[in-house]
Amino acid sequence: MINVNHVHKVYPTRQGDRVVLNDISFTLERGDKLGVLGRNGAGKSTLVRLVSGAEQPTLGSITRNMSVSWPIAFGGAFQASLTGLDNVRFISRVYNQDYTQNIDFVEDFTELGLYLREPVRSYSQGMRARLAFAISMIIEFDCYLIDEVSAVGDARFHEKCAFELFQKRADRAMLIISHDVEYVRNHCSQFAVLHEGNLQFYPDFDQAYSQHMVNLHN
Amino acid sequence: MALQQFKEIGKSASIQWRVIYALLMREILTRYGRHNIGFLWLFVEPMLFTTGVTVLWTLAKAVHGSSLPIVAFALTGYSSVLLWRNMPSRCIGAIEPNLALMYHRNVRVIDVFLARLLLEAGGATISFIVLSLFYIYIGWLEPPVDVLTVVQGWVLLAWFGAALAMFLGAVAEKSELVDRLWHPFSYIMFPLSGAAYMVDALPASAQKYALYVPMVNGVEIVRDGYFGNQIRAHYDLSYLLAWCMALSVLALAQVIVVSREITPE
Repeated sequence: MINVNHVHKVYPTRQGDRVVLNDISFTLERGDKLGVLGRNGAGKSTLVRLVSGAEQPTLGSITRNMSVSWPIAFGGAFQASLTGLDNVRFISRVYNQDYTQNIDFVEDFTELGLYLREPVRSYSQGMRARLAFAISMIIEFDCYLIDEVSAVGDARFHEKCAFELFQKRADRAMLIISHDVEYVRNHCSQFAVLHEGNLQFYPDFDQAYSQHMVNLHN
Repeated sequence: MALQQFKEIGKSASIQWRVIYALLMREILTRYGRHNIGFLWLFVEPMLFTTGVTVLWTLAKAVHGSSLPIVAFALTGYSSVLLWRNMPSRCIGAIEPNLALMYHRNVRVIDVFLARLLLEAGGATISFIVLSLFYIYIGWLEPPVDVLTVVQGWVLLAWFGAALAMFLGAVAEKSELVDRLWHPFSYIMFPLSGAAYMVDALPASAQKYALYVPMVNGVEIVRDGYFGNQIRAHYDLSYLLAWCMALSVLALAQVIVVSREITPE
């Protein structure tokens, strides 16, 4: 279970403090799939960072009784001058995993072949996304944070991602944020809209979606 | 209950060591790559520095106010500078390029610092040892009189450098002034730090002030161990220890503050 308890997040800016999240509370149980809609800059990624633990809330607390992933398909942790294999090795060390087994999976999933031995700098966007997703899948978590996984890559990649996440790991909790409303509709069981610092929950997708549309157009 | 706590601490320690090791390997590969001599640069570079300074000072017949051979003087002095100066230089600005790693919850700011400190201290130490052995072998240098005292001085200098590095590294995250001021400061401190003189050679009235510089005490201990009765070393062990401990507390406090405030992209 993940318990987000009266969380506030304030960022200092040149024009004074800006409240990004204003008193947000919710609970995510094992197997729950929460989709969060919101316009650009609403604070969706901030929410994911807080839940992941990479950042601390200004006020309030977040308790995690299950293991939580880093934001899936997040490629920012790559050292561009290192090779794909070096990056797999690094993650394997940090999480105390068998490196050789992980290599097999990554080779198989990414289909990067020889490029795994080249610096990540030389990869295309799509290749990086494939590597990032594969690395996210070598560590098993109880809860996955998914931040716009469908932004890059071709249809085949999306199919493979969907299979890994929603079939093989259907029993896990997930927090999904995306601008792709169809993606949220297809994969989530709970829906919320983040707007002006408030997280509003809706009983079904259609109500969340219509509120999201209202927020988008005014 | 106590046993349980020990187990918890042991588990945490093994996680932290794993993370530091992973960061260390990543840092070595990023910095030195797999080209030419690779990670050997870790200590070949400080060795080149020290050798260069040694040769320069020998040619210039530098006045250092004692009867010591200039080689021995340069080796002990410049190696010590490398030790306390390179660690802060590597820790200032260490957080920013590693921010994205904070998404892995076991990776903390202090691990990033510790990995770099280990690497830097390791490089300086290997360089010091290898050069010492080499100079002793070719007859430029007598073996140290008391190895343990050398080790003591060296460890204290390393501790001082590490605490200073973590403090500056954490504060630099708040103000870029630290980065701007560190370079001139470290440059000016180089001749003042005891690398280029023996306290005994100073006028008696100046000795007191020289010993206020913490690094001077460390270098004097190293030389005390190296040369024994050949020189008269001046140092205040408890003064240096007090500096190390105070800096360590400040550094850890600042690291905690920074870990709370960082925002990964």
